[in-house]
Amino acid sequence: MISTLPRQSPSPQGGGDQPAISLRGAALSFGSRTLWQGLDLDIMPGEFFAVLGPNGSGKTSFLKVLLGLQQLDTGTALIEGRPIARGSRTLGYIPQQKSFPPDTPLRARDLVGLGVDGHRWGVRLRSSAYNARVDGLLRDVGAESYADAPVGLLSGGEQQRLRAAQALATDPAVLLCDEPLLSLDLHHQQAVSSLINRQSHEKNSAVVFVTHEINPVIEYVDRVLYLADGEFRVGTPEEVMTSEVLSDLYNSPVEVLRSNGRIIVVGLPDATTHHHESA
Amino acid sequence: MDLQDVISAVFTFDNYAQLLPLVRNSLIAGAVLGLLGGLIGTFVMMRDLAFAVHGIAELSFAGAAFALLVGANVVAGSLVGSVLAALTLGLMGIRARDRNSIIGVVMPFGLGLGILFLALYEGRAANKFGLLTGQIVSVDDVQLNLLVGCAVVVMIALAAIWRPLTFASADADLAEARGVPVRGLSILFMVLLGVSVALSIQVVGALLVLALLITPAAAALKVTSAPGLVVLLSVTFACVSVVGGILLALGGRIPISPYVTTISFAIYLACRVISSRRSRRGSRRGTAGPAGTEPGRGVRRPASAPVG
Repeated sequence: MISTLPRQSPSPQGGGDQPAISLRGAALSFGSRTLWQGLDLDIMPGEFFAVLGPNGSGKTSFLKVLLGLQQLDTGTALIEGRPIARGSRTLGYIPQQKSFPPDTPLRARDLVGLGVDGHRWGVRLRSSAYNARVDGLLRDVGAESYADAPVGLLSGGEQQRLRAAQALATDPAVLLCDEPLLSLDLHHQQAVSSLINRQSHEKNSAVVFVTHEINPVIEYVDRVLYLADGEFRVGTPEEVMTSEVLSDLYNSPVEVLRSNGRIIVVGLPDATTHHHESA
Repeated sequence: MDLQDVISAVFTFDNYAQLLPLVRNSLIAGAVLGLLGGLIGTFVMMRDLAFAVHGIAELSFAGAAFALLVGANVVAGSLVGSVLAALTLGLMGIRARDRNSIIGVVMPFGLGLGILFLALYEGRAANKFGLLTGQIVSVDDVQLNLLVGCAVVVMIALAAIWRPLTFASADADLAEARGVPVRGLSILFMVLLGVSVALSIQVVGALLVLALLITPAAAALKVTSAPGLVVLLSVTFACVSVVGGILLALGGRIPISPYVTTISFAIYLACRVISSRRSRRGSRRGTAGPAGTEPGRGVRRPASAPVG
């Protein structure tokens, strides 16, 4: 994607605002390997925060901590000033694209509806408010035209829009995205990333966007957390995405080129394994 | 036996009016099991558990055969066998791959045990055969109450976990992130499935349980994706198969299971035909035009039916 738009400046963060996400002295290890430690970080409402790094650097684990699915080894993590509670309504989550089997008994609207009340017990008894909410969400992500189509027959990009709608159902204060653009074509990458951007810069949610490829969202990103080899750097893309900083992080010469708003990183140690995410 | 004899053995309607009141209990039992099978079958399909149902049924058969051998309650033996099998699967095999190999290992062992118990049993041969192929002809009031009671408990439990179970079955990762107790639900569902299998065995037998728990839901999924309609159709198909099977089997001396499985299979075939006609006309999307602006995106066709 070639972007000539100027990057939006970080949203104004009102003086008395408390951070949406706050980490202090956070450390996490995987077996005997330290993924990251001594991480102090405040992510403000309205901020589009990208998490970058090679495979196994702990990007996904970082999200799992925020989701409450993984415990920090040391340190604290707060969301809106409170300890993280699994399944909190203040969190939205968009996972990696994963296709549904063709005979899944759900239409697009039913999938979005799971985000509205799928966690509640019992069967749905009153449906008018539910229907209105689902229609609104479908409209927000531009999915009205396939609202009644079976999810198993939709393209990966269409399914990912629905997952975005599902995640936005609670109008979350914090939106966590795990490689949401992976395996989407350019058109849907743009659509989904601009939707996520709207949630941060217009609706003032904090967005944490885990990705191995910054370019599709470069015009939206306010700050970057770059994880590599047990170390990390935090800052604006201009500060972090430089030859000097990345060479230092990787302990090997890495060259960062800029062309037409795009960032090209040359010489990454694991550049060939980018598409086999695991950690 | 010539063809004429075969036909008159399969379709006999002499004294039908006198026979009908005698099978009142069987018809009620069949309708309740159809309702149960249709409901739980939609989740079996969503969770890709068709093979697990087969495995549970074989262990349920072993339990029932053991109960028969030692003179215990056959339904209770069948329940113990299938719930144990279902719990084992629920606790051990999380991923489908692991699960299928575990089932493949355990199923023949269960079947072997069952055959051992039956070989040692010296009672009526019809009892033995019935466990494998079904035995609904004489359901007494006690059996009926036990069966309906269990079925109602399973259905209430299923209704209570309906939405989170749907969420967890459709997308476990997202459901977990939203606080749905995915693992607990999975184990509870296996228990409910175990009970349903044990109850269904009383009607169609261990070998043909799939006709009640899989085929109706699979047929419904061929013609619609609207969740409410899937459940309604699945229940209707299952009830029609069982009740229809009992009514057809009434006059003859053939077990009901061939009738049940044939009706169930015919419904499935009809649904497949409807589905392929529709997708040839390209109307499965529910809307007329292409939905997105993405170039070159076509409607993907289901590759195969995930039955068995």
